[in-house]
Amino acid sequence: MKYLEEYRDSTLVRQLAQRIRRVTTRPWTLMEICGGQTHAILRFGLNELLPSSITLVHGPGCPVCVTPLEMIEQALQIAARTDVIFTSFGDMLRVPGKHSDLLRIKSEGGDIRVVYSPLDAVKIAGQNPDRHIVFFAVGFETTAPATALAVLEANRRGLSNFSLLVSHVRVPPAIELLLSAPDCRIHAFLAAGHVCAVMGCEEYLPLVTRHRVPIVVTGFEPVDILHGILMAVGQLESGRAELENQYIRCVETAGNPAARALIHDVFEIVPRQWRGLGNIPRSGLGIREAYAGFDAEKRFGLSRQIVAEPAECLSGKVLRGLKKPNQCPAFGTRCTPDHPLGAPMVSGEGACAAYHRYRLQEPTAASNLP
Amino acid sequence: MCLAIPGKIERVSDASLLTRPGLVNFDGVVKEVSLALVPEAAPGDYVIVHAGLALSRVDETEARQVFAYLAAIKELGEIEDRAR
Ligand code: SF4
Repeated sequence: MKYLEEYRDSTLVRQLAQRIRRVTTRPWTLMEICGGQTHAILRFGLNELLPSSITLVHGPGCPVCVTPLEMIEQALQIAARTDVIFTSFGDMLRVPGKHSDLLRIKSEGGDIRVVYSPLDAVKIAGQNPDRHIVFFAVGFETTAPATALAVLEANRRGLSNFSLLVSHVRVPPAIELLLSAPDCRIHAFLAAGHVCAVMGCEEYLPLVTRHRVPIVVTGFEPVDILHGILMAVGQLESGRAELENQYIRCVETAGNPAARALIHDVFEIVPRQWRGLGNIPRSGLGIREAYAGFDAEKRFGLSRQIVAEPAECLSGKVLRGLKKPNQCPAFGTRCTPDHPLGAPMVSGEGACAAYHRYRLQEPTAASNLP
Repeated sequence: MCLAIPGKIERVSDASLLTRPGLVNFDGVVKEVSLALVPEAAPGDYVIVHAGLALSRVDETEARQVFAYLAAIKELGEIEDRAR
C-alpha cells in the first residue's frame, strides 16, 4: 500500500532512532498531541527505541477522551427517546456516563446506530422522515469539516428531522492551556498532521513565539513520528524554537481553504468544557445561529449540568502529560478496556487503552515492526 | 475515530453534487467517500480520508523529496554501522 508500508520500513526506523540518539545530549520531554500518534508510538514500540533521556508524554488529542461527561449525559437522554434515531461514531458507545452508556441504552431498546460518517446520518434522516435523527458530533478540526458538510447537505435537502449534538474541539487553545500551567514540563510538541491538513499551520505560530517552544507538524506512521521527534530534538539541542512541518506531503501551510471555509460557514468559536481539563476559552466549535435548527441542544431544550468525574480516575493528569496511564492505581485492575472507569480507557486512541493494549505485553520494537 | 488513512481514488461518481461522491480504495477495501474538499483530485491520486470525507491530496513530489532525505539518513546510518 503506497504511503503506508514505506513509512514503516524497519531499517529506516532504526536508523532514525539512532540519529535521534546521536543528537540528544540532554533530557527532553516531548508531547504528541494526537491520540492516533500515541497509538502508533505504543503499537510500534517507538518509545523503546528512543534514548532514555527523551520522554514522550501523551496529549489530550483523543476526542472520545475529552468529550465532557455532561455531553455524554445529554447524549444518553436523547438516545433513550423513542422518537429518536441516535447516530454516533462507534467508539463513543462505550464511554461511561454517570450511570449508563450508549451501549446499555441500545440494549434496553434505544435505536442507536453506528455510522462511519456524519453524511451517513443525513442519509438515515432522508430515509426515516417520521423519526428524528441526531448525530453525536465529537472530534477535532479533522472531523468538523465532515460535520459541517452534513449540516449543509441536510439544509440543502430541507431535512427538518436532523440535528447534531455538537462537542467539537480545537487543538491550539488546549496547547495554550498546557503551556500556561506552572507545572508544565513539556519542551516541544508534535502537532497533529491531519488537524493541520485542514487548518494549516499558522495558528501554531503565536504559541511558538509566545512560549518559545518548538512545534513540529507530524504524520502518523513510525517513520513520520521519529522524523518529527528528530526535528524537534534538533531544534531543542540547537536552542531554536520554530514551527516546522514534517508532514509536508499532506499539509500545506494554509491547510485546506475549502475545508476552513466550510467550518467557518457552519460553526463559530465558543468556549468548551473538556473532560479532565475543564473549561477552555475559544476551544470549541458551536453551530452558528443561521443553522440553529440543526442544533440538538436547542431543539431538545437540554441544559448542561456539571457532572463530577469518578474520583479514582486520573484522566485529567494523564491528558496533561503529568502522569503516565500505568501510574494510575486503577490501571489494569479496576479500570480495563472491558470495564473502563474513564474515557481514556475506552477509545483505541486513548492513552490508557493504548498502554493497556501494547504496554502490558511489553512490546519490543522488532516484534511490532512489519 | 481519528485514524485518517491514505486511499487511492478510483472514480469520481458525481462531481455535480454538493458532496462530490467518489470511490476510494484503501488497500483493497473500496468505500464511498466525499471528494468535495479536494476539487483538484482525480482518479489515481491518493487522498487522506477522515469520517467519510477526503481532507487533503497526498503531494507526490513533496513525499519524494522528504523520502530522498530520509533515504540519505538511512544510508549514512548503515555506513556508520559498518564502520563501527
Ligand atoms: S487507567 Fe482508567 S481510571 Fe486510570 S486514568 Fe486511565 S481511564 Fe482513568
